[in-house]
Amino acid sequence: MLSSPQRKPFSPRAVLVITLAVGVLLFGALFTGILVLTAAIKPVMIAAFLRQVVGVDPATWPHTTLVTWVSMAITALILLTFGAVISGATVWWEMRVSARMQSRIGYNRAGAGGFLQWIADAVKLLFKEDLIPAEADQLLFRVAPYFVMTGFALTFVALPFGEGLVAADLNVGIFYMVAVTALVVVGILLAGWSSNSKWALFGGMRAAAQVVSYEIPAGIAIMVPVLMAGTLSMQGIIRAQGAWPWQWFVFTNPAATVAFLIFFISQLAEGNRTPFDLPEADSELVAGYLSEYSGFRFALFFLVEFGNLWVMAAVLTTLFLGGWQIPWVSAADWTAARGALGDLPGAGWWGLQLLSMLVMVLKTLVVLNVIVWIRWTLPRIRIDQMMNLCWKYLVPFAFAAFVFTLLWQVLLARVPLLATFTGFIMTGLFVAMAALFGRQVKANIAASGDHVDLTNW
Amino acid sequence: MSMTLSQYSGGFRKTAVSFWHGLSITMSHLFRRPSTVQYPDRTPQPVRDMLPPRYRGFLEVDTAICTGCQACERACPIACMQITLEKDPTNPKQRLVTQFDIDEAKCMYCGLCVEPCPTGSIQHTREFEASMRNIRNLVFRWADPLKPFPVYKVEKGAEYFPRAPLGSLVRAKLDNLRWDEEAVEYLPPAPPAPVAAPAPVAAAAAAPPPAAPTTPETK
Repeated sequence: MLSSPQRKPFSPRAVLVITLAVGVLLFGALFTGILVLTAAIKPVMIAAFLRQVVGVDPATWPHTTLVTWVSMAITALILLTFGAVISGATVWWEMRVSARMQSRIGYNRAGAGGFLQWIADAVKLLFKEDLIPAEADQLLFRVAPYFVMTGFALTFVALPFGEGLVAADLNVGIFYMVAVTALVVVGILLAGWSSNSKWALFGGMRAAAQVVSYEIPAGIAIMVPVLMAGTLSMQGIIRAQGAWPWQWFVFTNPAATVAFLIFFISQLAEGNRTPFDLPEADSELVAGYLSEYSGFRFALFFLVEFGNLWVMAAVLTTLFLGGWQIPWVSAADWTAARGALGDLPGAGWWGLQLLSMLVMVLKTLVVLNVIVWIRWTLPRIRIDQMMNLCWKYLVPFAFAAFVFTLLWQVLLARVPLLATFTGFIMTGLFVAMAALFGRQVKANIAASGDHVDLTNW
Repeated sequence: MSMTLSQYSGGFRKTAVSFWHGLSITMSHLFRRPSTVQYPDRTPQPVRDMLPPRYRGFLEVDTAICTGCQACERACPIACMQITLEKDPTNPKQRLVTQFDIDEAKCMYCGLCVEPCPTGSIQHTREFEASMRNIRNLVFRWADPLKPFPVYKVEKGAEYFPRAPLGSLVRAKLDNLRWDEEAVEYLPPAPPAPVAAPAPVAAAAAAPPPAAPTTPETK
């Protein structure tokens, strides 16, 4: 029997220090790793590094390939870890926000503000028994989480973090993103089928129906920014936009606003987020396709589900919200800061990269919060409503936006000022709506006799 | 099922309006103070002091005014109490309570034991926080077998019994009880002795009775 004296709890200040240390070190290390490595694994950079720092000729040095491969492996590891950590932190943040929205407090026991809760949860899940139902299809049941995880992890290849901060700037970037995220549904369908449970099968079938349906409006909506930028590359799409809101695709073209909404809704549906969480509808299907999973495999499914929020938000930011563009910094400034292409870039360039990363992360977090906000506002829709919305509303409007954009681009070629003009008007409209919304929020608080009080956040 | 144009376009208006209101309501809650109370350690005062006075929490016995009548034990519908009385060897007229155990884990907080108590010695308090690693620690022993307490003699026509402040005794007990304290471990009952089949009657009578094997009660 344990008879240890009662453990003395840490003082609140110590808890705060530990939590801050964990948060800052973890995210600091990950973002620094991404900043340095995604920029450094480009062949030009490796060659410059070998020539200037190591002092060898990369063309004749025998270990050049080895260095390239090792740095790529480390980058891959860091990006994967980032995906896992950001998904955990998203769970924590979502639980905090959802608690507030329901007038509760939420996680607050493990670490300051409960921040260490996601670590505790993950560790607990890793120690759980990995159960496989007796009647399940053993092989497929074991394999399904890896499909899901792979589909998620592969998106980080083309996901931009900054101007030069992308593992590989594929010239078919957005097409690649759509292709690999489709892998997730294969895993979900496998999980649903192999569990040999009615709940899991229902969940899997619903997921397949939903994701495949919403691929169509999403794909057509993606075509709108692609048409406007003239490229499929993620970085190319961002470079075609400006830093200010009136230069973002979402505001420069009325059809792009519609496409943004359509793409946003489709992303929610593809990520199985409320109000489209039919595949795992807790109240009817236990947990849908992951009913039978436990331990590490369950953790993988969960990781992907919440990690997808970051991917969704980053893709939305890239396509419509100007990505990493920094105000007052033009393409020429980037080239000037880079210096000669054969040399290692100077501190100015790295500073600019850091700034661009900050902008990108900030925008991504804002979009991520909107997704969380929507989840805790809307109830789950019925399956017929889900199909209705897709085929009767999103698909026709996506096509209309597509055709409108074609004509719009023709018009823009004649009257280039039109984009700026529309941008200002739409940005103004958005600001006005935001102000009205703020008033509505204030009215809601006043209507219940309450007042703004942030003391207990 | 066909759809008219107004039905189709009506969907937009409804969606926009419900989003507007729904999102503004959830957003407004982000800026308000939550209505929940953070229970264990951030309540404005201990929860027991916020409970109504007739709350039925842990039972408390004030041994100073216990008459040893055992009315509470008889009243208990689930026998969660065990009271034993013995004669004082030094003073045959005085009876002593050597055991007064209440299993608070078993108690169903019905309050039936409180009703018949002639002096109000046994009472429900407002204490309720005592989660224990070992459930046996929730057996509260109000009488020490080594130092049994004498029963209280009620004077004729007495209307007032000097009782310790309600809750103070049980709180003192709880304060001395760590949540992970080791508990008394009882051995499982000894297996029934194998039936000695054709034992000679004379031998059985001569031997000490085998029916009561010496089971150590505590370790």
